[in-house]
Amino acid sequence: MIIGESGSGKTTLLKCMIGLNELDSGEVLFDGRNFHDLDFNGKKAIRKEIGMLFQGGALFDSKTVEENVVFPISMFTDLSESEKRDRANFCLQRVNLENANKLYPSELSGGMKKRVAIARAIAVQPKYLFCDEPNSGLDPITSIVIDNLIKEITDEYEITTIVITHDMNSVIEIGDNIMFIYKGDNWWEGSKQEILKTANIEVCDFVYATKFMKDLKSKF
Amino acid sequence: MKRAFGKPEKLAIYRDRIFEEINLLGIGSLGIVAIISVFMGAVITLQSAFNFESPLIPVYAVGVAVRDSMILEFSPAIVSLILAGKVGSSIASEIGTMRVTEQVDALEIMGINSASYLIFPKIIASILFNPVLIVFSMFLGVLGGYTFGVLTGVVTDYEYIYGITYDFRPYNVLYALIKSGVFAFIIASVPAYHGYYTQGGALEVGRSSTKGVVYSSVLILAFDLILTQLLLS
Repeated sequence: MIIGESGSGKTTLLKCMIGLNELDSGEVLFDGRNFHDLDFNGKKAIRKEIGMLFQGGALFDSKTVEENVVFPISMFTDLSESEKRDRANFCLQRVNLENANKLYPSELSGGMKKRVAIARAIAVQPKYLFCDEPNSGLDPITSIVIDNLIKEITDEYEITTIVITHDMNSVIEIGDNIMFIYKGDNWWEGSKQEILKTANIEVCDFVYATKFMKDLKSKF
Repeated sequence: MKRAFGKPEKLAIYRDRIFEEINLLGIGSLGIVAIISVFMGAVITLQSAFNFESPLIPVYAVGVAVRDSMILEFSPAIVSLILAGKVGSSIASEIGTMRVTEQVDALEIMGINSASYLIFPKIIASILFNPVLIVFSMFLGVLGGYTFGVLTGVVTDYEYIYGITYDFRPYNVLYALIKSGVFAFIIASVPAYHGYYTQGGALEVGRSSTKGVVYSSVLILAFDLILTQLLLS
C-alpha cells in the first residue's frame, strides 16, 4: 500500500508505474522487465497483465455494465460471444453485482461503479492490480466491502496488488507492505505492524491524525 | 495522428466501431442536413429570381443557379461548416470527457492504442459518410428550390427542370465529392485532436470543443479556397 497526504505524489507515482507518466529518472520493473525501456509492443504486453481500478471508476459511459466488463475480454481473447458474457457475468458475480448487467454507469452508485471497475480489471486475469484510492467518496460500510473485495481477489487470484490510499482503516484492514510518501519522496517503508510502532514524526503525524487511530495506539 | 492510424488491435471491433460512428455522426446528421439544404435551395431560388429580373436572362437560369450553387459550394462547404459545429463539438466533447474522467487512461492501461480506438473509426466514418450527406444535400437543395420556386410562382416547373439539366457538368459533382472528403477528414480529426489532448475538467472540455469547432471551420474555409483553385482553375 502506498499512503501519504493529498498532493504528496501518490497518484503521480502510480501513473509512472503503469506508464501513463514518463519518468525523469529511475526504472519500473515488472518481473525484471524495465517498463520504460520497452518499445510500444513490449509495453502493450505488460499492460495486458495489468488491471487498474481508477479513483472514479473510469467506466465507459456509452457501454452498459456488462459491456464494460466484456470489453477487455473482446479485445484480448477469441472467446465466443456467449463465453465472453459468461466470463463477464462470473466477474460481476464475484463482486456481488448480479443484477446490474443492463444498467449504464450513470445509473450506478459510487460503490457499484467501483465494483464494476474491479470486475472489469479482473476480467482478463491480470498479474498486477493497481488501485487508486479505491474507497474515496464511499461510506464506511461500502469502503470495507471494497477493501475486502480487493483483499479476497488478491489472495484468490494470487496477484500483486498495489493500493494507493490515505485511509488508515484500509491500511489496517488489508495492508501488508506499506510505503509512506512525503512531499514526493519515498519517506518510509515497512509492514503494517511496523508502521504502528514507528517513531518517524511525519509518519506518526499522518497515521495518528484521527482520534480512532490515537485510541488504537493507546492500546499498544 | 500517427498513433490514430496505428495498427488496430482487432479488426472486427474496429469495423463495428466504424458502423457505430456512421450511425452516430452520419445518420444522426441527416435531419439537420435535410432542413438546411431545403431552405438553402429555396432561398437561392427566390434570391436568384429576384436578381434575374432582366429580360435578357432566361427564367430557367434560376434552376442553373440553384444547381450550381448547391453542387459547387453550398452543399460541400456550408453543410460541412454546419457539420463541423454539430459533429465536431460532439467528437471533441466526447473524447475530452473521456480524457478528464480517465476513460482514455483506462484504454491505455488495457494495452489498447486509445488514439486509434477512439479517433480512427470517427475519421473513417466521416470520410465514408460525408460524401453521402453532401449528395443528399445537393438533391434536397435542388428539390427545395423547385418546391418553393413553383409554390411562389417565381419559376415554372418546366423552366426549373430545364434549368437544372441545362449544361450539366458531372465533373462539378466529382469536385464537390473531393472537397467533401477533405472536409470530412478535417471535421473528424481536428476536434478529435483537441478532445484527446484536453487537460483539466469540465471547463477545459468546453474549451476543447470550442477550439475544435473554430479551427476545423477555419481549415474548411482555407481548404475550400485551395481546392477550388486546384480543381477548377
